[in-house]
Amino acid sequence: MQRAVRLDLYRRLLRLRLVEERIAELYPQQEMRCPVHLSIGQEAAAVGVCAALEKGDWSMSGHRPHAHYLAMGGDLNAMMAELYGRATGCCGGKGGSMHLIDRKAGFMGATAIVASTIPMAVGAAFGSQVRGEKRVVVSFLGDAAVEEGVFHEAANFAVLKKLPVVFACENNLYSVYSGLGVRQPKGRVIHRQAASYGMKALAGDGNDVEESLALARQAVAWARSGKGPVFLELATYRWREHCGPNYDNDLGYRTMKEYRAWRKLCPLEAYERVLRKAKLLGDAELGLMRKDIAAELDAAVRFAKDSPAPDPKTLMTDVYAGAA
Amino acid sequence: MKFGEAVREALDFCLGADPDVVVMGLGVPDPKGVFGTTVGLQKKHGAKRVMDMPTAENGMTGVLLGATLAGLRPVMVHQRLDFAVLAVEQIVNQAAKWRYMYGGRQSAPLVFRLITGRGWGQGTQHAQSLHSWFAHIPGLKVVMPATPGDAKGLLISAVEDDDPVVFIEHRWLHGVHGDVPAGAHRVPLGSARVARAGHDVTLFGVSYMVLECLRAAEFLAEHGVSAEVFDPRTLRPFDEAAFLASVRKTGRLVVADTSWTFSGFSAEAAALAADKAFSALKAPIKRLGLADCPMPSTPALANLCYPRAQELVDAAWSVCGKAGPAPRLPAPTTPLDVPDPSFTGPF
Repeated sequence: MQRAVRLDLYRRLLRLRLVEERIAELYPQQEMRCPVHLSIGQEAAAVGVCAALEKGDWSMSGHRPHAHYLAMGGDLNAMMAELYGRATGCCGGKGGSMHLIDRKAGFMGATAIVASTIPMAVGAAFGSQVRGEKRVVVSFLGDAAVEEGVFHEAANFAVLKKLPVVFACENNLYSVYSGLGVRQPKGRVIHRQAASYGMKALAGDGNDVEESLALARQAVAWARSGKGPVFLELATYRWREHCGPNYDNDLGYRTMKEYRAWRKLCPLEAYERVLRKAKLLGDAELGLMRKDIAAELDAAVRFAKDSPAPDPKTLMTDVYAGAA
Repeated sequence: MKFGEAVREALDFCLGADPDVVVMGLGVPDPKGVFGTTVGLQKKHGAKRVMDMPTAENGMTGVLLGATLAGLRPVMVHQRLDFAVLAVEQIVNQAAKWRYMYGGRQSAPLVFRLITGRGWGQGTQHAQSLHSWFAHIPGLKVVMPATPGDAKGLLISAVEDDDPVVFIEHRWLHGVHGDVPAGAHRVPLGSARVARAGHDVTLFGVSYMVLECLRAAEFLAEHGVSAEVFDPRTLRPFDEAAFLASVRKTGRLVVADTSWTFSGFSAEAAALAADKAFSALKAPIKRLGLADCPMPSTPALANLCYPRAQELVDAAWSVCGKAGPAPRLPAPTTPLDVPDPSFTGPF
């Protein structure tokens, strides 16, 4: 892989991490008055998958969408402003953290109900196929989403119509505080189950950005060539609490041993080691990157905080078309 | 005792009293226990009766409906009412119809505990109060307690009831304190409560709005208006006699709902009053509810959506034909998007 590509991947990972850490740092100020589900620890899957896409491709996500939105190239200022509930937010303040959208970047929406965007992403691919467009659509989902009926209904249709969809499943083992053990039978392998519908299935280390990218490239190429949907399962782990800026290991729903083991598999630190070993990254480059991103973030937070609250008149706009 | 603790006590009582009662829902046995309402129940009553479930609301509703065939009396819990929308097929097409379409040969003794969110940016899909949908359906019962005592008493009655009951808890009630009788405390479904007696105007509150009605009534009393606060407690079956008695007594009606007014339960209350107590009415009926749009996330807009005690005072002042502008309540000292100062987000 070329030096520039690898450095770019690292920079993307670092940017996601720093954005989420900044949110965690600022959240206690109580100015972001909406639930936030942070992606810290899960950055490599988002970066790897989105880096495999071309301009014009789309993706959709769920209640933990920050990384997907940003990895697609979603506007950072508009995201921060949305978290702050401002008029300049990507939904004008009406959506909040769980409902990000940036159509220009191909991020077509996120929703707070588990699995609900899966059929929508399949539909986006269906519409594109009907119109003869060569678009690939990624449906970001988690391990709990495959327990929902709509996943199975949509998967069947995607295979039936050979739709260009990549189901990118970030398996982080938990649905809120409910582990896989109370939700799926022992021995279940999610991507194999998906394969039983007749779609191509791939799986790998979702904390390894290069592996995620390589698998995503395979998946995207397959989908774009007209061979049908692909299910890509990426193993990863959420570090912080299900919802909010803190850690929640004190609750006891997962063990410290498990947490520490995954913490060691930090996607960012792992890739930093790889690049340092390859002499592609040193303290100087790293310092510069951090400084650049921090400046971008400072500006985004300032933009959000300086933005006006939505005009009360906008309360009744957007309920129906044409009613301004 | 807090409302949330009263819910827990009711579940604990039912699990102890009847071995066929089971409690299932996403997060039910997790450390936070659905805002504290299920904490410790699995440990006490066992994992076979108090359990988590796959993220599969519609399918699992059908599973629990099927379990009633074998004699179980399941309580299904959803952290947000909005999540139960995924299960509306099984609740409305199936559970609500079982008794009727099988000519009484079947029953569906299920309870669905649904929690309506509010504030802190909950937004479009975490703050809906769709009780009017459910109350529209013959075959379902709909319960909306406003006090800890009623939460316990109505939940026990709901679990013991032989028909499907939609039990709706407002998230902002979970921290509210009140007296809760110990042991087998039952409040019959279909019995309303006059939360405060008065003679000038009836303030009809649904769920959390009962508290706003009480605030308004207390303030109105200082300004020469005697408001009666009517708490229906269950929307279906509805205590029509108690409701009409209150309307006939005061001759004026203001209905405050936790949801939209258009095609909502406030319209049902107004229609009943107009239909059956028309001659007693001294003024047009007023309805208060959410702004007629999906719930925005940002507090800047969400704060404009909810009616509060002041709007109730304004409405009561108007229907009572009082001269001049309505008196103003002191401005709230806590932010409008939290139930009390202790709530600092995010869920």
